[in-house]
Amino acid sequence: MKILCAFLFAGTLCFLAQVVLDNTKLTPGHVTSLFTILGAFFGFIGLYDTFISFAGGGATIIISNFGYSLYKGAFLGFQEQGLIGLFSNILKYSSCAIAGVVLFAFVLTLIFKPKD
Amino acid sequence: MNKDEYNKLVKRLTPKENKTKNAIIAFLTGGFIGAFAEILSMVIMSCFAISKVEAYQWTCLIVIFMACLFTCFNFFDNLVTKAKAGLILPTTGFAHSVMSSALDYKRDGLITGVGANFFKLAGSVILYGIVSGFFFALLGVMIYG
Repeated sequence: MKILCAFLFAGTLCFLAQVVLDNTKLTPGHVTSLFTILGAFFGFIGLYDTFISFAGGGATIIISNFGYSLYKGAFLGFQEQGLIGLFSNILKYSSCAIAGVVLFAFVLTLIFKPKD
Repeated sequence: MNKDEYNKLVKRLTPKENKTKNAIIAFLTGGFIGAFAEILSMVIMSCFAISKVEAYQWTCLIVIFMACLFTCFNFFDNLVTKAKAGLILPTTGFAHSVMSSALDYKRDGLITGVGANFFKLAGSVILYGIVSGFFFALLGVMIYG
């Protein structure tokens, strides 16, 4: 059941993104940035927690989760440490994705040759 | 030929993309990745007895690694062209953009090529993510206390 929810949630978001891509002049860069901001917004109004408990991996694999985890890090950081927590904890939950991309991409760049 | 006629000609000759088909393909591929991530996190959670949040992070890392590796094998580009938003919107798109710009600029050297262009496309996601996350958190702190 959870798998079906994940399928529907991730699918619906990708569907919406494709509709935006096809009917406006926005590039994929615009759309991914837009969905990241939307993720932070849905975190702010408290909906993204519901999305994750409802769709699980389907909600955490979408780029919106990146915006949400930045929001969550900053928000919880403030409650732990005050104003400095906003800065020091903002990347707490999303550093996994950033560090992962940096490490994997760098190591693979050293190994593989670019295509012509 | 004046400008109006030219524009009409361009409009007539531009290949029409089937928007409905694109949207359905994006729905199916995006959904497939979501379902795959959910299954993978369930497997990880039960095999290694770790918490849900950690399982999601491991899933995220595995998906990123797969996207990077497939980009290196050259067939991910074709997949992205076909599936479009279905592969751009999940974390795969983020990994793909970093990996492909790093590979493309490899021949310019490690510092001026790979280093300078690493976040060329994914930089906007990080920039606007941090800016929006910061300000929403500030707003949230003011409202929720």
